[in-house]
Amino acid sequence: MADLQRLADALKRDGGEVREAGPADAVDGVPATAVARPASADGVAAVLREATAQGLATVARGAGTALDWGAPPERVDLILDTTGLDRLVEHGAGDLVVVAEAGLPVAALSETVRAAAQELVVDLPPERLAGGSTVGGALSTGASGPRRLQRGGIRDLVLGATVVLADGTIASSGGKVVKNVAGYDLAKLLTGAYGTLGVVVRAAFRLHPARPDRAFVVATGPLADVAARARDVVASQLAPAAVEIDRPAGSDGAEVAVLLEGTTAAVGQRAAAAAELLGGRVQREPPAWWAVLPGAAAAGPFGTGVSTGSTTVGGATSASGVEPVETYGKATATLTGVADLLAAARGAEQRYGVGVALRGTAAGVLHTVVTGTPEATAYAVGHLRGAAPSPRDGTVTVLRAPREVRARLDAWGPVGGLDLMRAIKRQLDPGRSLAPGRFVGGI
Amino acid sequence: MAPSTATPLDIITAELIAELGSDQVITDRQRRRTYECDGLAAYRVVPGVVVLAQDPDDVAATVRACARNGVPFVARGSGTGLSGGALPHSDGVLVVMSQMRAIREVDVAAQRAVVDPGVINLQLTAATSPDGYYFAPDPSSQSVCSIGGNVAENSGGAHCLKYGFTTNHVTGLDLVTPGGERVEIGGKAPDPPGYDLLGALVGSEGTLGVVTAATVRLTRLPQEVRTLLAAFRSMDDAGAATSAIIAAGVIPAAIEMMDALAIEAAEAAVHCNYPAGAGAVLVVELDGPSPDVAGEFDDVVRLCEEAGSFEVRVAADDDERALIWKGRKSAFAAVGRISPDYIVQDGVIPRTALPLVLRQIAELSESAGVRVANVFHAGDGNLHPLVLFDGSVEGAVDRAEEVAGGILDLCLAHGGSITGEHGVGADKAKHMPRMFTADDLDTMQAVRCAFDPDGISNPGKVFPTPRLCGERPGRHQGAHPLAESGVAEVF
Repeated sequence: MADLQRLADALKRDGGEVREAGPADAVDGVPATAVARPASADGVAAVLREATAQGLATVARGAGTALDWGAPPERVDLILDTTGLDRLVEHGAGDLVVVAEAGLPVAALSETVRAAAQELVVDLPPERLAGGSTVGGALSTGASGPRRLQRGGIRDLVLGATVVLADGTIASSGGKVVKNVAGYDLAKLLTGAYGTLGVVVRAAFRLHPARPDRAFVVATGPLADVAARARDVVASQLAPAAVEIDRPAGSDGAEVAVLLEGTTAAVGQRAAAAAELLGGRVQREPPAWWAVLPGAAAAGPFGTGVSTGSTTVGGATSASGVEPVETYGKATATLTGVADLLAAARGAEQRYGVGVALRGTAAGVLHTVVTGTPEATAYAVGHLRGAAPSPRDGTVTVLRAPREVRARLDAWGPVGGLDLMRAIKRQLDPGRSLAPGRFVGGI
Repeated sequence: MAPSTATPLDIITAELIAELGSDQVITDRQRRRTYECDGLAAYRVVPGVVVLAQDPDDVAATVRACARNGVPFVARGSGTGLSGGALPHSDGVLVVMSQMRAIREVDVAAQRAVVDPGVINLQLTAATSPDGYYFAPDPSSQSVCSIGGNVAENSGGAHCLKYGFTTNHVTGLDLVTPGGERVEIGGKAPDPPGYDLLGALVGSEGTLGVVTAATVRLTRLPQEVRTLLAAFRSMDDAGAATSAIIAAGVIPAAIEMMDALAIEAAEAAVHCNYPAGAGAVLVVELDGPSPDVAGEFDDVVRLCEEAGSFEVRVAADDDERALIWKGRKSAFAAVGRISPDYIVQDGVIPRTALPLVLRQIAELSESAGVRVANVFHAGDGNLHPLVLFDGSVEGAVDRAEEVAGGILDLCLAHGGSITGEHGVGADKAKHMPRMFTADDLDTMQAVRCAFDPDGISNPGKVFPTPRLCGERPGRHQGAHPLAESGVAEVF
């Protein structure tokens, strides 16, 4: 049991707070004991050192918009709330670099850099942005949005990070310059690690100049046709900033939307060329589904600041295991494999009586929501995995799911290099103090 | 059977010959000497034994033998690195990867290629450009360097400002771990589940194992490429032009700058005919869809002129573009025309600090009486000062080393890095504590311990002092005792 007094003592110099946890602090249904909200990296180090000495299991939390992604932790003694570390440390506009503390909302960061006509191209789902999703949260969940097609994912934008390990060690890697090969790139290792290696307290990112104008080109059609046309645009020399595909559950068709960015004159010409290639229409505004997570994943607990666990996920109260529930995951594919993934979604629906929504970049990172009974959902996920000839060509990882679904499937699927990952975890968090059980292979 | 006084090297040499055959195992000292250094010839060590690997099985067998006998190994690609990253170990095995040079698969539709580590960077571009694609990382050595070496060093190049580094272009690696196990990480699809091992491996300079295959992105060739050369009276003016271009929201494919001394050297070597009287030149290249390039190119010309450029030359065709690049690309070697010896430094500063740092380098150069020619990737603040000296003059090497070290101090003082693309290797390991704290380095080495607990994979590189993986003073508070003693995994 957490000794709150000693945790509070550890935070005395920092000025941060410690309180008892409430029902709203549960992580995917796992109740927490205490919540610490330090105000500095030193405070994070002090409280983690104390927590680990007490043998507590600690889960880092930003705004909590994705706290129930990944497996539920085995136990949660302490929530380490990072929102007290919310400074924008440095915006080097001339260098196209921003340095921020982990608890800073991405929306606040974006607003600051927008003043210099710059942007951090992470394209978080609007519901996560509105929910206050933090820099540390975006990094730790490996956020992926439409414009990764050309500019890469958040792992390609992060230049450096400072992390606090379970034993309170504060360690930095990388830096705040765009080009740098000194030492290991630990910032990438922390990206998408769901807080299981350490608590990120600060990160530096590469920014991009905001392009003066943009246009969207949208087309709809049968699944295979849409996938092929999306591929044609990706393979063209039109340099699209994004090519997104949306396939609603139960549909025989899909919509493709292409984003072109540039100067007004150039965007107009390229949009016309893309419209011809796509057989689509040019429009000023994105389709309503742009960058939004599919299904009720979008209408989940986001915006309330803190997730209240799987009971809020659509239909997750199904104790009997026969009522339909909703499962959210991430599906990857090769550029050519996206068509097979779309076909597999239709196939899974027909075979297992589920709904499978797919939405994401034609470059092969798609959000998926499967709606069905737990058993049918498990089969459907297996069917989607079968769309790729091997895990090298595509994977499906289940991020948010009711317990009944998790009990019936392997949420992460095959993981290449799992032994190395376990060894890294053992080195950085030997006592399994950080989010035990949340990550691949039970890490 | 090895004699009882046999060293681990004797034993492993016999084992390797038995397993791989004597054709692939070089023991002759004269032949071993061929591999005594990489592109940084100031460091030389004759390897204990050399293995010419033909396939991943050879690599795995060699590494397993090393692990069994506690013998260090170093993997070497083309040996073009500039930080001594492939410097051999006198009591160890040098694994030469350059004979594994097949392009295994080009999947144009999926925009991926699978290559052996010894494949030459430019060969992949040559193989894919008929289909309209290329491999984007373009280090200056791209006509000779290997993709395995690019992976080890996270190589960049003139065009990485827009297109990123090797780490942004690798989606899969086949690895032989330092324990000799073969592991497949990632593949053609993006974002493999789990920790981003690719991110940790790319740029780890051979300290986490040996890569035996890489799956890389192929990038679509741009519709249009336009290149200009702008001559300025001073470096300050050229720097101002660079800032103006970036401030205008343009991301050029490349912006390269050379100072008067570097121009002089290039003229002497390749007669690139850069404008007379230039105190600095900028090479700016834009690429992308034609309508965008056309508009932005006009902006760049105007911004250069407004910053004081007295002559702007626009390449009319590929030949003229090649001529503009020739001066820049030959600059390192060309310095040999104006100085018997030189050190190629590699440091990074925030780009906006450029004018100040260049003045400080000039002061450093003047006070030490050591000439410095400046060539650099201006867009991302990656400096390549060439520190000139005459090795036959007593004390000259030391003075040059001091200036080269002083330039790194300037980089760090401005919040930059001790290396932008050449790597830490053997050369800069001693500088790492100036950029990182003991805890920073210890944490990096903890990751190393996860891959290489015995410290046999390219030891002596990157880190100034090795770390014993079993020994973790001040850590482990609250650790599970079984996990701590290594008796059991707690997962």
